[in-house]
Amino acid sequence: MTIYIEAIVVGVLSGGVYALMASGLSLIFGVMEIINIAQGALVILGAYLSYLFMQNYHIDLFAGLLLTIPIMFVLGVIIELLVIRPLKRERTMFSILVTYAVALIIEGVLILTFTNTPVSLHAWYITASIPVGGFGGQPFYLPYIDIFTFALSLVLLGGLYWLLYRTEFGRSLRASMQNRTAAELIGINVERISAITFGIGVAVTAAGGMAFGTTRPFLPGDSYDLISRLLVIIVLGGMGSLRGALVGSLALLVIGDVTAVVWSPVWSSTVFYGLLIALLLFRPQGIFGQREGRKQ
Amino acid sequence: MKIFNALRLPAPNTADQAGLAKVTIRIFKIVGLLALLVIALVFPPQISPDTATTGIAVLALMFGAWATAWNIFSGYTGYIALGHATFFGSGAYALAIMCQRWHIGNQLDGSGGDISLLSLHIPADYAPFLLVPLAGLIAGLIALPIGWIALHTRRHTFIVITIAIFFIFQLLAENNIGNLTDGTKGLEFPNPSWQYPFYNFPFYYAMLAILVLALAVSWWVRHSKYGLGLLAIRDDEDRALGLGVKTGLFKLSAFVISAFFAGMIGAVWGYSLSSVFPQSAFDPLNDITLALMAFMGGLGTLAGPILGALIVEWAKLNFDSVLVRAQQNLPFLRHSAEGSGGDTSGYYLIIYGALFLVVIFLLPEGIVPTLRKWWLSWLARRSRVHAPDTTEAANQALPVAVEQAEQREG
Repeated sequence: MTIYIEAIVVGVLSGGVYALMASGLSLIFGVMEIINIAQGALVILGAYLSYLFMQNYHIDLFAGLLLTIPIMFVLGVIIELLVIRPLKRERTMFSILVTYAVALIIEGVLILTFTNTPVSLHAWYITASIPVGGFGGQPFYLPYIDIFTFALSLVLLGGLYWLLYRTEFGRSLRASMQNRTAAELIGINVERISAITFGIGVAVTAAGGMAFGTTRPFLPGDSYDLISRLLVIIVLGGMGSLRGALVGSLALLVIGDVTAVVWSPVWSSTVFYGLLIALLLFRPQGIFGQREGRKQ
Repeated sequence: MKIFNALRLPAPNTADQAGLAKVTIRIFKIVGLLALLVIALVFPPQISPDTATTGIAVLALMFGAWATAWNIFSGYTGYIALGHATFFGSGAYALAIMCQRWHIGNQLDGSGGDISLLSLHIPADYAPFLLVPLAGLIAGLIALPIGWIALHTRRHTFIVITIAIFFIFQLLAENNIGNLTDGTKGLEFPNPSWQYPFYNFPFYYAMLAILVLALAVSWWVRHSKYGLGLLAIRDDEDRALGLGVKTGLFKLSAFVISAFFAGMIGAVWGYSLSSVFPQSAFDPLNDITLALMAFMGGLGTLAGPILGALIVEWAKLNFDSVLVRAQQNLPFLRHSAEGSGGDTSGYYLIIYGALFLVVIFLLPEGIVPTLRKWWLSWLARRSRVHAPDTTEAANQALPVAVEQAEQREG
């Protein structure tokens, strides 16, 4: 019994981190109808930035986020200005290709800078763990880092929620999400909103990357696995839906962890992908997605 | 032209001008194609027998054929499939498994020998090629349920689903599903007894045969009612459905056809390397390389994907030698080469990405459609210079006719 509870708890905790990364992706899609394939590479870049500050300046991983989050935000805005804004027609389709190209460039730069050997992040809370009591059986041990990163994700997701639903900027952003043209007509500067949204969507990868980097050694090529997971999460939850990103991440991680316990770790992703395909047969738009209307 | 005016006859229909342009283009195409075919046939033994060049030539033909096959589905229907390596890898694995189980080809344990088929004597080394179409069929069969599922979705969701399915297959191969793939250890192909420089030639001609076949199918699709249906799907799927195009069947069949070719190409590729691994058979870089080639040459055109493949492979060939020289001469490059242990894959990725961006922003329609546009507008300008007497209306009608001709050509 304990192993199932452990699997579910660990799944929920790491699901929070994925929710953070996926919400960035979903936010960008919701506002701009852009699929940012580079999100996976950006997460890895975020992890390497944390590694850089940790290794060279001995900055604590969480304190380092104060530096890496703004850096990634600026990078996101730059990417938006350079390669997303010039796209005029078939933006969704071309955005996939363009951001794929950006992902390749990021991966190339990472390989040249950090080589293809895996690195890992170090801190006292990565190795230390606390016992979590009983449930009528043996207690199990949870690494501190899982709890810390989950808390971090909650704080950042809460901040995102506050930004979206409690501020003037969020109101404009949601207006752009609902109807780009109408938002422009009532005087919202949609281009500026888009740039900032892209920046925010990329900025969350700094935290996501740090959290990802603490779970295992990583190398530049890990971005492929990551982006496929993130894409699957937002397709499952419904593209452009933040609730969907949250539910999708929790489903992915909990199902994956439980499969790993019940069956075998090698099957955890396969089972999830299988479930996703089964779901899409009945709901092509995902759990919270809106059915795609006819577009002229 | 003047005589028409004098006789007070209407100026000749300007659409004829565009029609003439089309005929000229067609002649150019056929002559060019035949010339290319002749060059391609004599290329390896005659012009350049050295192994490195023929190796690149095999890859160029491989990607040319693969991009053409990819274009049959993605170019004509507008559904960008970014997981085409799924079928490439499936074909490679299918051939490896068949050769192993049925003892075809020059096996490592000495089994498998020359075979006779329809009173033809086929040496053991060539026997695996007989199974290549079967490998393609298997890939096509695999594509059937995948396409059926994936094509429930549209546009961007479709792209995402194809990527997800691609990674499922990579995982399945790594997890040694049904004891077929032997996990990360990969599978061995039969070992051909050919020596260099001859070694590359059989693969070269096999790839060329597949390329010609793919091109023929692509040409047929482009000029058939079936292809018209596919193009209608690209332009407006709901309207096509309303007009009676069986969109589901059309999309799925095109998907399977293109997967069939990808499977054959993957099988030949696997045999040429003598072994196949999950990471190399299901390589995400190949997914994007295909799209890059097709976009660069011109999505939905016949010659575009091949042109794109030739340019990218040629660039790769030159890039290697340039890089080696640069690393010897430029201090900062030498440093990074030492840092990455001589690993140049970083540079590859950067160049690929940058090239892709350049193509999308400078030639969003691809090389072939852009050239065609220049050619047509040059014709239009020339006819205007030569026929200053035609009426103003005709002058205005010409660009319209040209545009219509372009649209018909895709």
